[in-house]
Amino acid sequence: MFKTVIRRAGKCAAVAAAGLMMMSAQAAEPIKIGSFLSVTGPASFLGDPELKTLEMYVEKINEEGGVLGRQLELIHYDDVGNASSARNFASRLIRSDQVDIIVGGSTTGATMAAVPLIEQAQVPFISLAGAVVITDPVKKWVFKTPQTDRMAAERILTDMKDRGITKFGLISGTGGFGSSGRTQTLEVAEQMGMEVVADVTYSGSDTDMTAQLTNIRNTSGVEAVLNFGFGQGPAIVTRNYAQLGMELPFYQSHGVASDSFLELAGSSADGLRLPASPLLVPDSLPDSDPQKEVVQNYKAEYEARWDSKVSTFGAYAYDGLMLAVRAMEEAGSTDPEAVRNALESIQGYVGVTGVFNMSPEDHNGLDPESFRILEVQNGEWKLIN
Amino acid sequence: MLAEFLQYLFTGITIGATYALIALGFTLIYNASHVINFAQGEFLMIGGMATVSLTSMGVPMILAVVLAVILAGILGIALQRFAIAPAKQADVVTLIIITIGASIFIRGIAQVVWGKEYHVMQNFSTDQPIEVFGAVLNSQSLWVLGIGAILVVGLVLFFTKTLIGKAILATSMNKEAARLVGIRTQMVLMLAFMVSALLGSVAGIVVAPITFTSYDIGIILGLKGFVAAAIGGLGSGVGAVVGGLSLGIVEAMAAGYISSDYKDAVAFSMILLVLFFMPRGLFGAKVVERV
Repeated sequence: MFKTVIRRAGKCAAVAAAGLMMMSAQAAEPIKIGSFLSVTGPASFLGDPELKTLEMYVEKINEEGGVLGRQLELIHYDDVGNASSARNFASRLIRSDQVDIIVGGSTTGATMAAVPLIEQAQVPFISLAGAVVITDPVKKWVFKTPQTDRMAAERILTDMKDRGITKFGLISGTGGFGSSGRTQTLEVAEQMGMEVVADVTYSGSDTDMTAQLTNIRNTSGVEAVLNFGFGQGPAIVTRNYAQLGMELPFYQSHGVASDSFLELAGSSADGLRLPASPLLVPDSLPDSDPQKEVVQNYKAEYEARWDSKVSTFGAYAYDGLMLAVRAMEEAGSTDPEAVRNALESIQGYVGVTGVFNMSPEDHNGLDPESFRILEVQNGEWKLIN
Repeated sequence: MLAEFLQYLFTGITIGATYALIALGFTLIYNASHVINFAQGEFLMIGGMATVSLTSMGVPMILAVVLAVILAGILGIALQRFAIAPAKQADVVTLIIITIGASIFIRGIAQVVWGKEYHVMQNFSTDQPIEVFGAVLNSQSLWVLGIGAILVVGLVLFFTKTLIGKAILATSMNKEAARLVGIRTQMVLMLAFMVSALLGSVAGIVVAPITFTSYDIGIILGLKGFVAAAIGGLGSGVGAVVGGLSLGIVEAMAAGYISSDYKDAVAFSMILLVLFFMPRGLFGAKVVERV
């Protein structure tokens, strides 16, 4: 009895294998798109929408006939927000999966851990993480889609200057995002001739920032306050700010540009400004805005497919995938060198995050104006410029 | 100048009262079993999260609070019955490790059930802050302080005036002797976990409007509460309150007057100092353990 089962199973396997071989002979090899993302773990709010976006658009592109007449195959791993597993998965993508291009790296830590391997293996890589170090200095094989924190700082400080503000207080989180943002803000302020008169921090686990804000309030000459931080901290800062009755113009960073921040901060958020992706205000964009259609489509398609709110982080993955597809189409092949060159010369690609103009000196391709300055009014985002 | 000082003081007292409430939960279980229950923070989280999710389902606030506290109480009993009791002969360190495991388990379940987002709870009374001599006080801080005070008085009365409270104390002092005089020690332990869970969940509910709540809020607050309990002297109710308040005030003063960067460093140096000169904490029992 047992023997016959084994024999039958063997026959089945042989038939299946033969079938598979015939199929693969018929269709061209799929183009392999590799990805390592923080789908679970502390950075899952980044990786989860990113993976959903990649899955959804790979499906969509395949239904529409694929790229260069070949289907796309998405190979993805979950690095759980851990830089060393990100490195391991990057190595697996390169060595055993032999992918044609990598779109991934939810966090700066994960991205930077994988960069040396990728540079060595010479595979085009589009990162979805924020910090400026990823593309500055330029690395031959590494590109990225989100704006840098430096651009956010530039955008905020320009807006302050337009309102006649030259001295401001800075309160930042001590986490990676906050401290990198703090460094960039200090540098940009110096370049723009502005003065950071108070500079305080809070740690990610703090539950009350009243003391730090009181410190800023009592510093003479403060004309505005900027909070660079991530997670629930900025929402607490916003609430404390309102409780203290501080009337100075208040700025947040792009790190909290999401609807859940509005929910947490409630009415305290009224009047604050921040730089954000146009994805938060798709319908208030003027019709002349080239991004309007792209942004509206992405939002509609994502929300229809996943039945959950669209996030700016997913949009980074959208832009990453579309840039990869466009580069392969322009290169006419998946040859790594050709794809890399095509990526580097992409001009005027209109994405959800902004309009990308890549160059050998700029592997990000965005400018600070791709951020829109939004103001919270009556619990809703309002486009300022 | 005074306004500034008062502002730091208010901030410190509010945070400190939160730490104190959590420290009390640690104290209670430590008193009954000499176990440091690292799942204490999770009771806190269950209280806040259950209240938020029930109110969002349309349950009235008061009822949601009661249900959340009951849920936490059941969880406390379950923790003792299914995780601690089966390992009854194990030594205290093993039991502490079990509570760490239990906390990870509870957190995992909460993450699956409630998701990973932070949630808001409305202030119990007005959102309008109260102004005192130029400093502002969140109205919710008064709730934290008031409910904290009631719980502390209630606990003191419970331990000194009621038979069950005395039974818990007796069990902690000598389990064998307590059993000989007719105390059902297993019941007593279960009770201690339940009361501690109730306490933790109430703390979680009153602080949620200030700190927000999420599935992992228990890690941070639980750890700070443990530190407060250690400063005050594990096992001392007064110590938990004093430890919590002083930790909070030192943190706020350090953030305000020195630098926010050194806030945690100052707080932890204080712990080192206290434990160095008074290893059993400020109000710890002055007994010498017989070896």
